[in-house]
Amino acid sequence: MSTNAQGPVVEIAGLHKSFGEREVLRGIDLTVHQGEVVCIIGASGSGKSTLLRCINLLEQPTAGTIHVLGTEVTDPDVDIDKVRTHVGMVFQQFNLFPHRSVLENCTLAQRQVLHRSKAEAEAVAMKNLEHVGLADRANSVPGQLSGGQQQRVAIARALSMDPALMLFDEPTSALDPELVGEVLAVMRTLAEEGMTMLVVTHEMIFAREVGDRVIFLDDGVVLEEGPPDQVLGAPREERTQAFLRRVLDPTHIDPA
Amino acid sequence: MISAPPDARPALAGRARMSPRRKARISRRVQYVVLIIVVIAVALATDWERVGSAFFNPESFRTIASRLPRATLNTVTYMVAAFTAGLGLGLVLALMKLSTVRLYRVLATGYIEFFRGIPALLVVIAFGYGVPTAFDVRFDSIILQIAIALGIVSAAYIAETLRAGIQAVPKGQVEAARSLGMSSTGTLIHVVIPQAFRIVLPPLTNEAVLLLKDTSLVFVLPLTPLTYELTRLGRGALSEADGGMTSILAVGVMYLLITIPLSSLTRWLERTTGYKGHV
Repeated sequence: MSTNAQGPVVEIAGLHKSFGEREVLRGIDLTVHQGEVVCIIGASGSGKSTLLRCINLLEQPTAGTIHVLGTEVTDPDVDIDKVRTHVGMVFQQFNLFPHRSVLENCTLAQRQVLHRSKAEAEAVAMKNLEHVGLADRANSVPGQLSGGQQQRVAIARALSMDPALMLFDEPTSALDPELVGEVLAVMRTLAEEGMTMLVVTHEMIFAREVGDRVIFLDDGVVLEEGPPDQVLGAPREERTQAFLRRVLDPTHIDPA
Repeated sequence: MISAPPDARPALAGRARMSPRRKARISRRVQYVVLIIVVIAVALATDWERVGSAFFNPESFRTIASRLPRATLNTVTYMVAAFTAGLGLGLVLALMKLSTVRLYRVLATGYIEFFRGIPALLVVIAFGYGVPTAFDVRFDSIILQIAIALGIVSAAYIAETLRAGIQAVPKGQVEAARSLGMSSTGTLIHVVIPQAFRIVLPPLTNEAVLLLKDTSLVFVLPLTPLTYELTRLGRGALSEADGGMTSILAVGVMYLLITIPLSSLTRWLERTTGYKGHV
């Protein structure tokens, strides 16, 4: 696959996605450039995760086009497996392979998909495990790790494929509060190293400090987008303001 | 503004008539008394001498004792052979049922409905007498014949068990593997089936136990004393000595000596192929 160095990493135009009658995405246009960190925020059910999952085709879009690294993934004849090797994804529920060790979690796809030798795959895996601070747990199984550690392994697993783009689908939402920080720290380092990242998150501080751009998704459309200081600090749209009030001051919500 | 919560203290102040703990204790005592009365009644009503001669006749036991090991070995062999055939065919059927090709799904469903719906005995009879003539095949090995006859039936049950196990693997596992660029086949082989195997271990043991007992159905096939399995041996011994049910009791115990360790084997397999916790 020719990774177009000049063009955008992700280019979405007119994306629609319906689940049966329910239209979750109603015309999304979004471009992500090399090295950008784009944070997607919005209420539950606004379509954030669906948008992310359309990019690597875990969800099949209903209409519109998506280009990833110059390849149109909405082309019915796309070799999606090949595109996915360049797009890492981190899930809310970690989804580590529970029957494999931490090291094997990071080498399985390298061996099977990239056909790397055992030695090379393990070297790459160890480098990435070191990067997320878990080299000493390489021989553990996922069940022995805390949620925060599991999510860091999941990041190392995705990085072991040497992706050009990382998708994070609410990576800290399933974690106990005191474990959120270690995962966000890894993500921040990754961003500082220049990784192109799309992050669906409720961590407004992360979005503000690490994000280059924040997108507020509301009812399947991009309602507001811009630099974090503007979208999070001085939102123009009334619905963005209401959402941020609910997130930042949750005990003073009028249920009515 | 919500009004102040009502004070529940006066309502709780009066003593309850009988606490749930006391009620439970009295109920337990009544149950023990009923059980003891029933046991004593049965023990008094039974003629122990007659039961002893019918079920525990040492002479009758001696006539089959020397042939028990051979029959036990045969029973286990038939079971293992049939289970191997059933597992192989069952996996194919399970994958057919999960296939994206509609015709495969229809065929697998038809097969499963058919062989689950008819008595296994009919299939064994068919393989003993119908199939060799109809398809002009001769089974040189009785083991092969039994393996195919019983395997064909158990494959229907095993297929459903495996399909349920494969579907019980969380969807996130497939998504994680696919997001790493793994093909659907690679995902199935390296991620789904290893986890499904562990989920289906207990129900598969169940299938093995059922199959073990189904080996008794091969009595309709032309067996020789060398190929007798346990039930055939016990049934034959019934007419040889007047030990009554002794031989039946003896082969029954042999079945238990196989099935009970089988349960331990499952637990051991679950432990050794296991992983701690689940993400």
